[in-house]
Amino acid sequence: MSDKVVKLGGKKKSRFMDKVMQLLPEGGNLNLCLTCGACSSGCPATGLDGMDPRKFLRMAALGMDAEILKSDWPWMCTQCQRCIYVCPMKIDIPQLVYNVRGTRPREERPKGILGSCDMALKNDSCSAMGASPEDFTFVVEDVLEEYQEAQPEFKDMQAPIDKQGATFFLNQNSREPVTEPDEMVPLWKILHLVSADWTYGSKGWGGENYCMFLADNDSWEHIVRTTAKQADDLGCKIYLNTE
Amino acid sequence: MRKSYGDPIAEDLRFVVKTLVGEENFIDMTPNRSNNYCCGGGGGFLQSGYKQQRLEFGRLKDNQIQATKADYCIAGCHNCHAQIHELSDHYGGGYGVIHLWTLICFALGILGENEREYLNDDLKEVAVYGA
Repeated sequence: MSDKVVKLGGKKKSRFMDKVMQLLPEGGNLNLCLTCGACSSGCPATGLDGMDPRKFLRMAALGMDAEILKSDWPWMCTQCQRCIYVCPMKIDIPQLVYNVRGTRPREERPKGILGSCDMALKNDSCSAMGASPEDFTFVVEDVLEEYQEAQPEFKDMQAPIDKQGATFFLNQNSREPVTEPDEMVPLWKILHLVSADWTYGSKGWGGENYCMFLADNDSWEHIVRTTAKQADDLGCKIYLNTE
Repeated sequence: MRKSYGDPIAEDLRFVVKTLVGEENFIDMTPNRSNNYCCGGGGGFLQSGYKQQRLEFGRLKDNQIQATKADYCIAGCHNCHAQIHELSDHYGGGYGVIHLWTLICFALGILGENEREYLNDDLKEVAVYGA
């Protein structure tokens, strides 16, 4: 229970929730809450920062905009969507959370997420670890050569970059090429054994998208468009996302 | 799987994993499929700086995994892998956390000695390709 009594009434004011509802199909059903609590009872973020999904939605519905906009809880909700799955009214609480994230001035959002997004905007790799297209190409070719020599059964294995007309465009989480390159190999082996016609892209190869987590829509779109364009330019038919 | 693809894909993955390890070695968590809990690595949580809250979030997932008494947990993506690996350490479960590609290559007998970073000692030396 809160100590202070929340006073309602007076003129109907514009709520933050109304703005979010305008963005979502069916208004995200945000007005349909039955207050049953199914969302909160199965949410791992319940209790963090004194918050839970039902409370967050109720506060938004009550127009407690200042309180929800200053809360850190939206950064502790992973937007996993289990709350929607169990909700009898299919209320899109994660989209409410996402849009609350986006109201905070960009430079005041969590530094780690911000930094990873900015790294991805540094060059065409769109890698959250900032690795350049040249770095990526070097590591992939170096590791491939090593394995072709060390493991004879895989001497014909390929790890193409920018192969025109490949069926599959594969992206790659930056963690492997940057910190544990050997971990790229098992997937290459599987693709080799099934004779998949695949390629990485020198541009847009980074599989992670922290700009999405940052709720920076323009940067998120830039990253998605960069990698999609590369797949299109190469004439690939299927985009494989390893994330 | 639940969020992006739903239960039919979850069933496909169960087919893959059971084929790799044998029906008797596959243990489902409770709850599972679309009712499963998020591990807490996603949504940027790993980079958000709220470590204590992230580990508290993941306690539910760790409890689920430990209740299975399984030796390994398979993670579907990097965020999950990093988070669950940390949960295993932090809460002392000691279970291994592996990517699906590691398990596939292990079962096919083509997993080399440098591709075993996330296998525990019980499997580290087993069926090493090229050895």
